[in-house]
Amino acid sequence: MKRHFREISVAGALLLLLGFLAVFAPSFFQPQPLLSLLTREAPTLVVACGMAMVIICRQIDISVGSIFAVCSTAAGLLAAAKWPLALVFPASMLMGALMGAINGGLVAGLRLPSIVVTLATLVTWREALRWIRQGEFVNLPVDVQWMGLSQVGGQWALIAISLAVLIALALALKHLSSGRFIYAVGTDAEAARLAGIRPQLVTFLVFVFLGALTGFAAMMNVVQSPQVDPKSGTGLELKTIAAVVVGGVAISGGRGTLWGAFVGLLLLACISPALTHLHIEAYWEKAIQGAIILLAVVADGLRNRKGNR
Amino acid sequence: MTPLLQLASVTKHFGAVRALKGVSFDLREGEVHALLGENGAGKSTLIKVITGALQPDGGTIQVAGETVSRLTPSAAHQLGIACIYQQPALFPDLTVAENIGLRLEPDTSFRKVNWTGRRTRAAELLHRIGAEISPEAEVRSLSMPEQQLVEIACALGSGARIVIMDEPTASLTQKEQHLLFGVVRDLRQNGVGVVYISHRLEEIFALADRVTVLRDGESVATRDVRVASGSGAPASPPTDLTEAELIRLMVGREVAAIYPPSEGEAGDVVLSIQGLGCTASGVNNVTLDVRAGEIVGLAGLVGAGRTELARILFGITPADAGTIRLSGQTITVHSPQEAVAHGIAYVPEDRRRHGVILEMPIAENMTMAIHRRLFPGSWLRFGAERNLALGFIRDLGVKAFGPEAAGGSLSGGNQQKVSVARWLATKPKLLILDEPTQGVDVGAKSEIHKIIRRLAKEGLAVLMISSDLPEVLGMSDRIAVMRGGTIAAMLPGKSDAHTVMAAALAQSEAEAAA
Repeated sequence: MKRHFREISVAGALLLLLGFLAVFAPSFFQPQPLLSLLTREAPTLVVACGMAMVIICRQIDISVGSIFAVCSTAAGLLAAAKWPLALVFPASMLMGALMGAINGGLVAGLRLPSIVVTLATLVTWREALRWIRQGEFVNLPVDVQWMGLSQVGGQWALIAISLAVLIALALALKHLSSGRFIYAVGTDAEAARLAGIRPQLVTFLVFVFLGALTGFAAMMNVVQSPQVDPKSGTGLELKTIAAVVVGGVAISGGRGTLWGAFVGLLLLACISPALTHLHIEAYWEKAIQGAIILLAVVADGLRNRKGNR
Repeated sequence: MTPLLQLASVTKHFGAVRALKGVSFDLREGEVHALLGENGAGKSTLIKVITGALQPDGGTIQVAGETVSRLTPSAAHQLGIACIYQQPALFPDLTVAENIGLRLEPDTSFRKVNWTGRRTRAAELLHRIGAEISPEAEVRSLSMPEQQLVEIACALGSGARIVIMDEPTASLTQKEQHLLFGVVRDLRQNGVGVVYISHRLEEIFALADRVTVLRDGESVATRDVRVASGSGAPASPPTDLTEAELIRLMVGREVAAIYPPSEGEAGDVVLSIQGLGCTASGVNNVTLDVRAGEIVGLAGLVGAGRTELARILFGITPADAGTIRLSGQTITVHSPQEAVAHGIAYVPEDRRRHGVILEMPIAENMTMAIHRRLFPGSWLRFGAERNLALGFIRDLGVKAFGPEAAGGSLSGGNQQKVSVARWLATKPKLLILDEPTQGVDVGAKSEIHKIIRRLAKEGLAVLMISSDLPEVLGMSDRIAVMRGGTIAAMLPGKSDAHTVMAAALAQSEAEAAA
């Protein structure tokens, strides 16, 4: 209980919000808009899982939005060239993993600070994509959207996939040696090294993994619309990092769970529609999200100070 | 004549550890007063008290006859106390003149900087100490000794009357040493009192007027090195104080604690190293054997290369010369993973940082190095982990609420046991312990000693690095004394403190025995 205090308190806040909406804006719970909301956030959840691992490993990756855009466009082109989806998905993941490997290689191999490396790749991929594609949309064949399912069927499928990814990764992080190593490296890389773990390898791999997940998430996004927007994924890094931090993953590494990132994401994602249904101007959305993030960071700061005493 | 500085029965505790148990010390005008003591005798704590970085718990401090009730760093600065640390505390990206200006100019945050004045003063101060350093040079580009000279220039410029030098020659060449000695004599001539800390006895005889020996946080004696004379007088003739006398004062009489006895014969040679060296870490030509069931103590002063040797054996800084043989097989160790695979375990010093991950539960800490063996297929088996942890908790007598308690919730001694458990879990052939009882209270210390002896009895080869001389003498079957990155002497376990200290200090035994 005490160990998962943060996850539980964020989940409590979410339930409070939902309860409030149930009383004052029951229209929020109309099934179709709610389903659309969750479908929209499904790819974000997949990226947030990878982001949580990177942050637990005491690194950060702000280039996910650009990786997302590159993978989306490339996957769209492959799909337009009549590749079967069963091949496009892994191709997109491979592409993301390669870009993640570049980030990870620079961070772990050359020991460069991840914020600078991924800032550079954020700009590089985004601009390269703009230069090559000149901002052109990719039109997809009809059967790509919703993976050949009905819209509702496709939406449920995407939500189910994202939840399956969440559950699998959350279990892996807790039950696999490699998961434990991520925590160890994020807490104290030198201690981990002295215990026979290879911190640089672990760091490299979490970046590769996040890249692959981002490629997968890009595909989950591509199949939601008839064409691929080359600007897709803009701001994805902010959304995922915010979700992860609100969910109690310490930005200083070594602490937090994917469940936390999950409830953090849900809480932040509900703000915008909640405002609409409460007839509050949409301008407040960012302010409220910002306040929640600030609250989370302050809570972490207070906990750290208490811990240090 | 009133002394410049007078300390009377100063005490300082850190938790249960008494770092200073009553130090009395006085510094006269125009004298060089050496402070001598083995590692952990309380020298650094004493310096911190004099510079105001630490507040003493008891005793009195007088500066120029006036009692100072609360000495803070800024008060010390105002009273004319300056300290030159081993590692100069300068801003590497600023020039020499800027660094000197920052120290010496009054608060000029919003005033226009007088660049010419700043440069002139820097140049003048550097000239006064005979340093050939350009005021325009960036500190980053200076060598360590040059940076020390800049520190001295700062001290001089601040008009300091009391200058503390903490092992200033540790990194100096012969020529730079001479320069430094000249500067020190110059300071003395000008009536400055110099507190001079050094391990090198010959320097003390060359430079000091008096010497105070610290041992276990107490000032045990103050002796004249030179026949007392008026302040600032040129070197007067030496007294009949000998190096042997100083060593005797440093190490004291007898081993106080009771150590578990060594039993039985040592077995086969487990570790055998020949001409081992690593240029990067300053270790060269180390030849050493450790047998099964044997504890070899690795003694020496800080910086003699003991931890560096351990880090080579554990693959952290791999060797670039010599051979390592483990149980008769020649091996290479390029990484800690390889070391673990070969059966080498290393319990590092500074366990709060690297030995135990404080945020992690005890059980997770204990299994950290054996994931591959305990969890085949990488799937964690929490039950097995818990059982293993419970076993070690019982076996080593770890006082904790349970295997789920965080490493950080334990006392120092119990953290050390967790760190040892992690390495015992790897079932090593060779266990390297680096300062196993540093900062551990007396009770836990003797428990850890018993554990180490028991492990040796069970057939482990143990290499124990320790700066605690009684511990080395009490625990070791043989003692390897390191100095300057190599083994200076191989002594039997029943050696006396005197011999070990003499070897560590670069003294021939004959001389020490005299």
